Amino acid sequence: MNIHDFLIPPAESARRKGPHDRIVMSSRVRLARNVKHAAFPGWAKKPERVRILDMIRPAIEGLPEMKEAFSESMDNLSTLDKQILVERHLISREHAAKSAGSGLVLNREESLCVMINEEDHLRMQALRPGLQLKQAWMAIDQADTALEKKLDYAFSTDVGYLTACPTNLGTGIRVSAMLHLPGLVLAEQINPIIQSVNKLGLAVRGLYGEGTEALGNVFQVSNQMTLGETETVIVERLDKVLSQIIEHEENARDTLLEKKPKMVYNHIGRAYGILANAHSISSKETMNLLSLMRLGMDLGLFPGGDRSLTDELFILTQPAHLQKQFSEKLSAEERDLLRSDMLREHLRNVSRPISKPAGTGGTALDKPNK
Amino acid sequence: MLCCICKEKDATVHLTQIAGDKMQKVDLCEECAKHKGVNDPAGFSLADLLLGLGASQELEQAAGGTELKCPKCGFTQADFKKAGRLGCAECYTTFADGLEGLLKTMHKGTRHTGKVPLALQQSRDLAERLKSLQKKLTKAVEDENFEQAALLRDEIKQLSSKPGNVATA
Repeated sequence: MNIHDFLIPPAESARRKGPHDRIVMSSRVRLARNVKHAAFPGWAKKPERVRILDMIRPAIEGLPEMKEAFSESMDNLSTLDKQILVERHLISREHAAKSAGSGLVLNREESLCVMINEEDHLRMQALRPGLQLKQAWMAIDQADTALEKKLDYAFSTDVGYLTACPTNLGTGIRVSAMLHLPGLVLAEQINPIIQSVNKLGLAVRGLYGEGTEALGNVFQVSNQMTLGETETVIVERLDKVLSQIIEHEENARDTLLEKKPKMVYNHIGRAYGILANAHSISSKETMNLLSLMRLGMDLGLFPGGDRSLTDELFILTQPAHLQKQFSEKLSAEERDLLRSDMLREHLRNVSRPISKPAGTGGTALDKPNK
Repeated sequence: MLCCICKEKDATVHLTQIAGDKMQKVDLCEECAKHKGVNDPAGFSLADLLLGLGASQELEQAAGGTELKCPKCGFTQADFKKAGRLGCAECYTTFADGLEGLLKTMHKGTRHTGKVPLALQQSRDLAERLKSLQKKLTKAVEDENFEQAALLRDEIKQLSSKPGNVATA
């Protein structure tokens, strides 16, 4: 089956709901595992990687969660297919660069996704909308327990699950959440927050994980240490930290509206203006403006509007998703034109933002900083 | 992992020595390590220890050069420096010395406390059960409580014959 036909349509995907999804876009728990008696993918020669893939793939396909799953070898996916999977956050950029000897198994609900022969033989992840780290951990734990009956994992009593990179050693767990934090960015409080999160041994990364920038005010927070603590302790710590970040973001939004409403309305109004009227717009500018519009939706400045609209556009306007809708290969310039066409079309029925949510004075000047 | 001298206590001291092109590994419990003078680097030689122990340890032939190289997959220390990733699961044993400091700075601890594959957990539990039964049996024999001893012997026999049991190996 074609991956385009398999994936949940963007409009539907954007309507999925989860706890705190105003701020937490998605939760993810991934486990790194390797099988015994085989070199790690980065060191194994192609015939060995193919052998491992052929051994692991049927085991994963046999999981009850993987009924009607999409299962494919990476060499059977086009560059565009792989890029689309990256834009949906289902595979890593590293995995998108793989070909023969690597594979992907993705379930119907897009809640369980296993990369075979990425950095490790197995990278399995459970995904959930909103803040649901514990649920994601339980789901992946269950899949892992089922798999260990079929696959002989490389495991040491001393240092746990053996991984290609020592940074994943032990539990092999990476717990992460994708957060939309425009309030903290506008209030210029994001850097101290990142620093204090770092101090707790957690990493803050950009939209596509390691080494990427925080486009659209989207940040990924995840654990870094994997050895010396149990999975539950790691999940619970992240859960606690996320609750605090959520609180800070909500506070930042409230304070901004109270102290600098004009600044907030100005940003959101301009974002709407450009998105709804531009005739050429880059992917990066789109994401940053959609983020502000999403904030406007949260703040009730677009009556009748819904966050699912901006979330859908967030997916649709990314380069590979845009390219997919056209048969001929587009240049970056052509994509910018078509992207703006699509945005104008989708925002045709969205009225410009109101500047005064009920109950607040909209004409007063912003109060200077104390 | 059991101590390779007393074969009773858990090994907590792990030693690897590279002499020429040979790699030698020993795993000891704290007491035996102390007894053998492992804490005193001047008075300790892994070779002596190994000679006294017999051939229970594998002596791996590291192919070529003086540089540390994984006997299983051929990955070298230079490869690790370049890639930041290891070659295979065995590399964790080969490069254990070099990795220990790294793990300390990288992680909360250097011992795994999380999930253990179920089969391994079960065989570990079984090994512990057997050990405690064995102790009871010895005690029963000493006390000339033969009726009790017979019961214990049967229980041990039954437990040891379970599939997947590695404790008696």
